[in-house]
Amino acid sequence: METTPLIPQGVKRCSKLQFSLWMAAAGAVLLWGVYAMYLVWFKGLNQTNMNDAYGFALWIWADLAVIALGGGAFFTGFLTYIIGKDKLKNIINYAVIIGFICYSSALLILAIDIGQPLRGWFIFWHANVHSMLTEVAFCLSCYFAVLTIEFLPIIFENPKLDRVPFLHHLSHNMHRIMAVFAATGVFLSFFHQGSLGGVSGVLFGRPFAFREGINVWPWTFFLFTWSAAACGPCFTILVTWITEKLTRKKLVKDDVIQLLAKISGWMLATYIIAKIADTLYWAMVTAPSMGFSFMDFYSGNPVYGIWILILEIVICGIVPAVILITRKGREAKSLLMLGVVLAVVGVCVNRWVMILQMLAVPVVPFEEWFMYAPSWQEVATTILPVAYGILVISLAHRYLPVFPQERELNPTN
Amino acid sequence: MFPFSFEWAWDIPHLVFHGALWYVLSIVGLGLTYCIIKSAVDTFREEDNGHH
Repeated sequence: METTPLIPQGVKRCSKLQFSLWMAAAGAVLLWGVYAMYLVWFKGLNQTNMNDAYGFALWIWADLAVIALGGGAFFTGFLTYIIGKDKLKNIINYAVIIGFICYSSALLILAIDIGQPLRGWFIFWHANVHSMLTEVAFCLSCYFAVLTIEFLPIIFENPKLDRVPFLHHLSHNMHRIMAVFAATGVFLSFFHQGSLGGVSGVLFGRPFAFREGINVWPWTFFLFTWSAAACGPCFTILVTWITEKLTRKKLVKDDVIQLLAKISGWMLATYIIAKIADTLYWAMVTAPSMGFSFMDFYSGNPVYGIWILILEIVICGIVPAVILITRKGREAKSLLMLGVVLAVVGVCVNRWVMILQMLAVPVVPFEEWFMYAPSWQEVATTILPVAYGILVISLAHRYLPVFPQERELNPTN
Repeated sequence: MFPFSFEWAWDIPHLVFHGALWYVLSIVGLGLTYCIIKSAVDTFREEDNGHH
């Protein structure tokens, strides 16, 4: 076990050799993704399998999924700084780091997806103020700035940096007004998570996705925010558990995890009730009014059967909600982790359905279903953020005091 | 986009979108500026106290 001036005091870390090998493995995957990114940027979007039917594809699914999973940062921040759940201060640092990784990944994927990243700033300067995606771009960028501000004090707490008086004070002062940044983050997250759902919900030419709603906001607007607030903290719990398994150490006390799981469970339970109501109304009123029957969306193709709806709502919705809201479910570690994994899978399936199944469904009688398989370049650039996330988490865990309870839970003497 | 940009229109969507954007950027910017100035002041004070 290694201790150097860069490593926080009183904690054990693996040897430099082990750490280097681990980083090299993740770095190799990252380089594969960077190569694919290079191909897309220099040869163009012909490197993908996107076509006229699939203007949105694997990247946009990955984008929406990581944004939902990164929702743990805003919701845990909201609970900690606004609601005053002090216990969650023991996991908020990690939630922020995971959120930072998710949002920087989302921006990276968008930079690849727009084809000409040098024109990325056009969306701010030549903004289409009638587009949900403009709001997403505004809020996403601003919230990434907020997450960076939330991440900085954690970096400044590195033992070496903390010795610089200015950085020590800056970290302290940023912590003091963190509630202001957290509140701004909650505001931004509410709108961009919602607008991502709104993008599908306003498409009146696509009966599979179109939803009614309130004023300009379709129901999907609220469902997306709700599901991100429910499943984002589950992703934080899952990554914490994986980190504990890999480092063979307990990093967060069970009561902290269980509190977050309980709140997530209730958010998930209320979300899934709203989702079922929305699905029933869509199936019985909205879709028939546009000339479609419910089974039109789940038949006549090799992939999308009714199984996907059952997977999303029952297996990855009702089941984890029941597990997480019951004390027995939360206290049994294996059940808790099952609930958390199912919730994470559930929100990813929801985003897949609302992006890729939506585009697969034919909208006029003479069309067939549009099927799509991503190119290796799309797959590599989608795996790239995972490798990047592993690298950032590894560096943060090694050099930053991320977990306030780590020393107490793992005494060195 | 700023109001002096040629694409700007004085309508509700422009005011809401860009108003919210500049409002958020102002809060974040002011918060960060406050932290930086306060930290600089704290650092100088600490150094002064150390000298005396």
